[in-house]
Amino acid sequence: MDAFWIGVIGTSVIAYALKFSGHSVPEKFLSHPLIKRINLLIPIALLSALVAVQSVTTKNSIVTDHRLVGLGAAIVALLLKASFPVVVLSAALTSALFYNFF
Amino acid sequence: MSRVSSPTFRDSLSVSFTVGAYGVAFGAAAVANGFSVLQSCLLSLLTFSGASQFAVIGVIGAGGSAISAIATASLLGIRNGLYGVLMTPILRVRGIKRLIAAHVTIDESTGVSLSQESRGVEAMRQGFWLTGFGVFIFWNLFTLAGALGAKAMGDPSAWGLDAAVPAAFLGLLWPRLKSSTDKLLAIIAAIFAVATTPFLPAGLPIIGTAVIAIIAGLRNVK
Repeated sequence: MDAFWIGVIGTSVIAYALKFSGHSVPEKFLSHPLIKRINLLIPIALLSALVAVQSVTTKNSIVTDHRLVGLGAAIVALLLKASFPVVVLSAALTSALFYNFF
Repeated sequence: MSRVSSPTFRDSLSVSFTVGAYGVAFGAAAVANGFSVLQSCLLSLLTFSGASQFAVIGVIGAGGSAISAIATASLLGIRNGLYGVLMTPILRVRGIKRLIAAHVTIDESTGVSLSQESRGVEAMRQGFWLTGFGVFIFWNLFTLAGALGAKAMGDPSAWGLDAAVPAAFLGLLWPRLKSSTDKLLAIIAAIFAVATTPFLPAGLPIIGTAVIAIIAGLRNVK
């Protein structure tokens, strides 16, 4: 089994276990203020790291290419309060234009 | 279940369709990152949590190990556990219904349910189930469409799919940046992840930022 299948199955099993745990564990554990606060901060760190790594790295090196132009378009769309699909589409379109014509 | 009130129905359906449509971006991105159409669809059916799904394909697509992909996706899935804690006293279900409720406990079903509070507990339950099932149906249909579409398109870069993934992450991140601590953490995490990429095995620069988040959480104790 390759990394792709292990990733699909492993993530799905743990994702369900996490969802079910919320319906089963005593409330006082998961609703502890510290757990709540850290739980708000972890997605911010991970998502931001994912944005950065997916925009400016390829394998183990730092690369600036058409993706960064696409990300710039996404930032502009977000500043203009565009909806999620518009944000993703404007990034894809801008990046594709840059990739194909420059 | 008693008759569904129309405002609750309308809220649930509009959220279901809009959010479900993002499934196109996921299906396309999954295929662009080397996942098969079947694997992309299984992720939407079984993991059924957008941020976690994007994390798996992002980390493995960048050459990361399965372990770091699963760890990153799972840390993003913890919040669904917290939603479960909020929903249990409202839903009051047991047995098979509880198992199903757990699977559709996500941002949107919880969000719509809690937003129905002024309409009473029955509307909250209906909002949860309608949105949970609605997002599930649309998310999976659109994932299939996106995966098949991307497969037909060929070179992902020529269609901008490789830029769609970070843009999707940014779209998920943006509404979470409320306080100055949030913004500072996001900047530090991004710098850390990029700066350590040449030195650490793929995946670790991402999962490593969870430690920064935990430190930030512990330091903020007032």
